[in-house]
Amino acid sequence: MKEIKKQTDTNRKRLIHLKDISYAYPGGMLVLNHMDLEFFRGDRLGLVAPNGSGKTTVFHIIMGLLKPLSGYIELFGSEKKEEKDFVDVRKRIGLLFQDSDDQLFCPTVLEDVAFGPLNLGKSREEALDISKKTLEFLGISEFENRITFKLSGGEKRLVALATILSMEPEILLLDEPTTGLDEKTRAILTKIIQETDISYMLISHNADFLYECTDNIFTIKDGRVINQGKMYRHSHDHIHTPSFLPDHGHGH
Amino acid sequence: MIKEPFAIGNSWIHRLDPRYKICFAVLFSVTVAVFEQFPSLVTALVISVCLACLARLSIKETAKRLAVVAGFLALVWIMLPLTYEGEPIFSIGSINFTRPGIIFAAQISLKSIAILLVFITLVATMSVATLGYALSALKIPDKLVFLLLMTYRYIFVIENEYRKLHRSAKIRGFSSKTNIHSYRTWAYMVGMIFVRASARADRVYQAMRCRGFSGRFFCLHEFPSHTRNIIFSVIMLIFTTCLVVLEIKTGL
Ligand SMILES: Nc1ncnc2c1ncn2[C@@H]1O[C@H](COP(=O)(O)OP(=O)(O)OP(=O)(O)O)[C@@H](O)[C@H]1O
Ligand SMILES: [Mg+2]
Repeated sequence: MKEIKKQTDTNRKRLIHLKDISYAYPGGMLVLNHMDLEFFRGDRLGLVAPNGSGKTTVFHIIMGLLKPLSGYIELFGSEKKEEKDFVDVRKRIGLLFQDSDDQLFCPTVLEDVAFGPLNLGKSREEALDISKKTLEFLGISEFENRITFKLSGGEKRLVALATILSMEPEILLLDEPTTGLDEKTRAILTKIIQETDISYMLISHNADFLYECTDNIFTIKDGRVINQGKMYRHSHDHIHTPSFLPDHGHGH
Repeated sequence: MIKEPFAIGNSWIHRLDPRYKICFAVLFSVTVAVFEQFPSLVTALVISVCLACLARLSIKETAKRLAVVAGFLALVWIMLPLTYEGEPIFSIGSINFTRPGIIFAAQISLKSIAILLVFITLVATMSVATLGYALSALKIPDKLVFLLLMTYRYIFVIENEYRKLHRSAKIRGFSSKTNIHSYRTWAYMVGMIFVRASARADRVYQAMRCRGFSGRFFCLHEFPSHTRNIIFSVIMLIFTTCLVVLEIKTGL
């Protein structure tokens, strides 16, 4: 079994604290209902819940893209309320959107990956350097000059990941990072995520991936986030695994 | 998919600095547009064909583009000789074909084909992205340039949404006929395309903000200097000057 490197509870720094958050889309029902969530430095958290239960919504609230109806948001130790409070936060948290088409908008891959670093105030040379390194790190250097919107779904996924990694964030919020990836690419991604020292929270419906990449599983029920605890092999039953798929080979 | 068939290539023309290509394409076109003499017009056409050969453009794709103009020119050839005042060259019944009309139509044809060829050769041999950066390097206002780049991106988005919707209608057995059901389906589709494209635009903007976008764009592109740009400029200047001299001489 791999060693889980995690600081002791006492010196863990709280990076995200959501308290009593309620949210409803305009004209819709309450998606989040007095929800609480705490996220610490070094956390590797999985968020697993049925479709439409509000996972993406939680991420967007953390990024300040959606404004909760009520509640308290504390990020990196200070309260965030208005749009201007979030400007800084967005530079420190990397959100991988559920749909890569939302994320990519520059004509070429390299430009898209360099967009973040340039916005962070890096010089052109630095930005190019970081971007090339990030692409290389993800093993997609050859995509450099390709047109972003002409990539395949899986290729877009990797490039989208590159665009947020190039900003060197302190927290990653990954919204279904493995969708559209084939076995091999998913294995590469799993390895990258396992090896990163960035704290992250990820949404996934893939039991194997969750098992390999997260220490702790949360779920959303009736608009609240619930800690499901550590993920063990025998806890697979609780995770959304389509019954028509063959057993993944996780004997008990 | 919107293709950029000419942008792919590695000819001498492709490797030129895009800024020079744009400048000389504009200079050549403006000059040729005011020409009236046939010797200079024919020479201009010959020059543009030579440039096209130099860029090793696909004959098939070029012909496709020219065919579009040919349709327009056919209209010119029908309309002008009939409607222009002047000495009739021949008549069918009471319909007169006038000499000035035919001359005018011939001028328009030569001009438009020469200009179109030069634009295909010099401007379409770069991707729209490069075009954008070259324009911004030529001090075209940033807002206009990014309007161009974003328009280009959203044409893809809209086209993609259209394809998805059309496909989903098709796989459910929809085939367009002249009946109310078809009209309604089309109306839904058009409506959905715009709703979806605008929702997409919102999300792309959110993603941009997440990557630190604050209203300022940064440009990654650099155009290294190379002697071929000088050679190209000299050649184009000589060509254009010769054309102007020829035009003035024959016009006297
Ligand atoms: N833009 C929107 N406008 C209105 N309602 C929305 C919007 N986006 C999501 N919803 C609703 O909010 C609820 C939660 O959506 P959310 O996208 O957070 O779900 P999710 O858990 O991420 O689901 P999935 O697993 O399918 O990605 C859903 O019931 C959805 O119908
Ligand atoms: Mg979601």
